[in-house]
Amino acid sequence: MSSPRPSFRHPDLPKNDLGYTRRDYEGAASTLCAGCGHDSISNAIINACFELSLEPSGIAKMSGIGCSSKTPAYFLGKSHGFNSVHGRMPSIATGANMANRDLVYIGVSGDGDTASIGMGQFVHIVRRNLNMVYIVMNNGCYGLTKGQDSATADRGSAGKKGRPNPFESIDLCELAIALGAGFVARGFSGDKEQLVPLLKAAIGHKGFALVDVISPCVTFNNTAASTKSYQWVRDHMEATATFDFIPPRKEITTQYEKGTTQSVTLHDGGVIHLHKCDESIDVTRRRSAIDALEQHREKGRLLTGILHINETLKDTHDILETTETRLNSLAEKDLCPGNRVLQDLMENYR
Amino acid sequence: MKLQGVNDFVIRFANVNGSGSASANALFAKSVFRLGVPVSPKNIFPSNIQGLPTWYEVRINEKGNLGRRGGYDVVVAMNGQTLKKDYEDLAPGGYFMYDSARQLPADFARDDITLIDIPLTQICNREFEDPKLRQLLKNIVYVGALAHLFDMEFSVLTDSILSQYKKKPKLGEPNIKALKLGFEYAATHFQDTCQLKVKRSNPLIRHILMDGNTATALGAVYGGATVAGWYPITPSTSVIEAFERFSGQYRKDESGKKRVAILQAEDELTALGIALGASWNGARAFTATSGPGISLMNEFLGLAYFAEIPVVLIDVQRTGPSTGMPTRTQQSDILLCAYASHGDTRHVLLFPCDPKECFDMTADAFDLAERLQTPVIIMSDLDLGMNDHICLPPEWDDGRTYNRGKVLDGNQLESLTEKWGRYLDKDGDGICYRTIPGAHPKLGSYFTRGSSHDEFAAYTEDNDTYQRIMLRLSKKWQTAKTLVPKPHIKISDTGAGYGAVFFGTSTQASHEALETLGSQGIMINTLRLRGFPFQDEVKAFIDRHNTVFVIEQNRDGQMRTLLINECGIRPDKLVSITHFDGLPITAEHISDAIQQMLKPETPQGGAQ
Repeated sequence: MSSPRPSFRHPDLPKNDLGYTRRDYEGAASTLCAGCGHDSISNAIINACFELSLEPSGIAKMSGIGCSSKTPAYFLGKSHGFNSVHGRMPSIATGANMANRDLVYIGVSGDGDTASIGMGQFVHIVRRNLNMVYIVMNNGCYGLTKGQDSATADRGSAGKKGRPNPFESIDLCELAIALGAGFVARGFSGDKEQLVPLLKAAIGHKGFALVDVISPCVTFNNTAASTKSYQWVRDHMEATATFDFIPPRKEITTQYEKGTTQSVTLHDGGVIHLHKCDESIDVTRRRSAIDALEQHREKGRLLTGILHINETLKDTHDILETTETRLNSLAEKDLCPGNRVLQDLMENYR
Repeated sequence: MKLQGVNDFVIRFANVNGSGSASANALFAKSVFRLGVPVSPKNIFPSNIQGLPTWYEVRINEKGNLGRRGGYDVVVAMNGQTLKKDYEDLAPGGYFMYDSARQLPADFARDDITLIDIPLTQICNREFEDPKLRQLLKNIVYVGALAHLFDMEFSVLTDSILSQYKKKPKLGEPNIKALKLGFEYAATHFQDTCQLKVKRSNPLIRHILMDGNTATALGAVYGGATVAGWYPITPSTSVIEAFERFSGQYRKDESGKKRVAILQAEDELTALGIALGASWNGARAFTATSGPGISLMNEFLGLAYFAEIPVVLIDVQRTGPSTGMPTRTQQSDILLCAYASHGDTRHVLLFPCDPKECFDMTADAFDLAERLQTPVIIMSDLDLGMNDHICLPPEWDDGRTYNRGKVLDGNQLESLTEKWGRYLDKDGDGICYRTIPGAHPKLGSYFTRGSSHDEFAAYTEDNDTYQRIMLRLSKKWQTAKTLVPKPHIKISDTGAGYGAVFFGTSTQASHEALETLGSQGIMINTLRLRGFPFQDEVKAFIDRHNTVFVIEQNRDGQMRTLLINECGIRPDKLVSITHFDGLPITAEHISDAIQQMLKPETPQGGAQ
C-alpha cells in the first residue's frame, strides 16, 4: 500500500514558469525495492515535467502491469493515471488520445509488458504513430514474479538464479526504428544528466516517442553476469551524441562550431542540438541508426542517446483526419443529426 | 396439385457465392416489400468469397409472420453443385426454375412439381456483349421471369432498378433490359403456369426494410459515439462499415475533418482497449464483434467492470464454439457475455429483436453505460444484423440530451464541501462520481486501476475494503435493474398454466408458433426479455405459471440457465426449446416441440 508524501513545502523551493515547485510533480512514496532503477526514472520524469513547466492536469499517465507499471503512482500525483492490463497499455492510450488530443500522454511499461505479452499492441501503436511518450523501464527480467528472464535479456546474461538466458534478446529500439517510429532513444536510469533531456525531447516530439531506459533490477538482475546491471551498463554504454535540448520559447544562447553539431527542430518549437561522438551515425536516417545499433551490439557495447529522430511524420489524428476539437468535448449539436435527417434517410429503406 | 395462393409462400434462390446474385435477389425482396407485402429475406451464405453454394430464402406472408417458415415452395436453382438437393427438398406442388442451358439429369424425375426452364445463358449470350455482364444479368433475367410468374406489378421492379442506378443510369439500362427479357420469356412460355401470386397489399405503410447492423450503426451515430476500435469479424464488420459511412455523411466539421475516430485494431483486445481508453477519457466509444472477439475481450471486460469504465459493446452472435460456423446464426453468447471475465463479474445485456430496437437500444446503451459506469453489451446476432427485416422506422426526439451520468466538471469539483472519492457511494445507489482527465487544474485527478482500490482510488490490499467495494458493485447491479429496458409481457389468458420466454431473433417465430397453438386452444402467455439484469417482473411472470418454455437458439439453453441462476427458479419449471443448427429458428420447430411436450403420454420437464 502506497502512502502519500508529507505536504510540507520549503518556502524557498525553486518554482517553474507556472509557479509550481518540483514537489507539485511528485506522487506517492514508492513501494519498489530500495535502489530500484525505476525510481530514478520516476524522478527523471518529475524533473522533465517540472523543468518543461507542464500543467500536471494536462498530463495523462498510462501503464500496463508489472513493477514498471506501478510507478505512475509515484510521480505526477496531480495527473490522471490509468494502470491497465498486462501488455495492453498501448490500446488504452490510443483510445484516450483519440478522445482528447490535447493532453500529454506519458506511457510507462516494462520489458515483460512490452516485449512479450504486449508485443502485438506495441508494434501497432508504433505503426499508428500515436502522439505519446512510451517509456520502457527495461531491466531484462520479471521483477514482480521474482526474476524470470524477459525477452530483452541478452543471450548469455544471467540474473540472480545464475542460469544464463538461452534465447535471443529483442532490441525494442531497433524494432521501433524498423517499424517507422519518429523518435527512438535509449537511456540509463543511472544517468540522469542524459535521461532528463531525453525525456524532454521525447515530450516535445509529435508522434510516437520511445524511450527505452535500461533500469537495473537490484533484487533479481544486478549480478556480475547480467548485462542489465549497474556495473555492466556503466562500463559498456556509449552515446550517439551528447546533446542540448532547448525547449520552445527559450532563447538560444550557445553558438556551435559548424560541422560538429546537428540541429533538429521539434514540432512544439523546441530544438535539439546533437554534438556527435561518432561522425558515422546520422540519427535522422533510419538505416544509419539501425547500422549503428547493430555495430554496437556486435562489439558488445550499449548505444544510448537519441538513436533516431524524424519530425516529418503524421500522427494518428493526422492520418485519420480527425477534427482539431477534442472529441470528448463535442456535444449533441455536433454529434446528433436530428430526427429530420433520420426520417429523410429512412426513405432509402422503403 | 400445384401450390397456390396469394402473398403466402417461400421462395429460395440457390446460387454460387460471388456470382452477383445478391443484388438481384435483394431486388426481388425489395419489390415485394414495395408492393406493401410483408417479406422476410434470409441470406444463407458460406464462409467464402467465391465458389461455394449460397442461398437466399424469401418468405412472403400477408399476415406479417416474418420468422423463418422452413421449407420452400419455389426454387430458383442456379447452382449445379446443389441442384439435386434443391430439387429434392422442394415442397410437393412447388415450382422448380432452372437454366435450361443444361438439361436436367435423368434421375430428376419428380412428378409432383412444376418445372420452369428458362434459357438464361442463351438469352444473355444473345443480348449482351460484355461477358461479365452476361453472367451478372442472368440473375436479373430470372427476377424478370418471376415477376411474370407471380403476376407482380412490373413497374415496381423497374422503379427499383432506376432508383438503385439513379447516379449511373448507363448501368441501369442493361438491368431494365434483362428484367424485360425475363418477363417476356415467361409471358410467352409460361402463361398461367404458376398459381402463387404477389399482389399489392397494404399492411406496410410507414415500415422500412433494413438490416440490424445498419440500424445499430445509426444508433451509435445518434447516441453520440465518437471513437470506435474494431477488428474485422463476420457478422459484425458491417456495423463498423455502416458507422464509417454515416460518419462520412453526418460527422464532418466545417473544414471537412471528422468528428469521429474509427480505428481498425490489430485484434479484439485492442479494439475494446481503444473503446475503453476513449470512454475513460470522456468520449462515447464502442466496438463491435462476435463470439470469438468476446472471448478475447474477457480480460478488458473484467477491468471495465472493476475500474467502472463505461463502454458499449456490440456482439453480433454467430454459431460457435471456436470458429464454429462463422456465417450462420445463433444466440449462444448469453452466458459468455453475462459473466464475462475472471473473478465475480456481471454485465448489462440488451436484446434487440428488430432493426428499430437495434437503433434504440444502441443509442440508449451509451446513456446506460455512462449512467452505470460499466460495459453494456448489445446482443444482436447474424440473422438480425445481416438480414433485412421489416420494422417501423426509428425516430429521434430532438429534445433529447445525452445522459452522461455522474460526471463532475471543474466547477462542481470546486464547490464540493467534502473530500471527493472516485469510488465513494454518496447517493446509496452504488454509482459513484467520476471525473474526466483535465477537468480541473488541481482537483479530481485519480489513478484508475484494476487492482483492489479503496473509495478514494488508492491501491489497497485491505480485505475489508476490497469486500466493501465488491458489495457496493452488487448494489450498483440492483440499480441497473431499474434502468435496463423492461420485458414485454403479454397475458392473453390469466388462467393459463403455460408461459413462454424468448428474446431477440427468436421473437417472430415464437409469436407465430404461439398463435398457431392458441388457435388449437393451447393458451400460452409470453414474456420477451429485453435486458439483463432481470427485473422482478421476470420472476413474477415465471412464478405465475406452472411451466414456462424458454425459447432460444443455442444447444444448452443458456438463457434458461441464466434465469434459473439469477431469479432462483426451480429448474424443472423451465423447459428448454432450443434450435441450434445455424439457421434462424422456425415457428414450426417451436410449435412442434411444445405440442410434443404437452402430449400426456410423454410427461417431460414438469409439464402439467
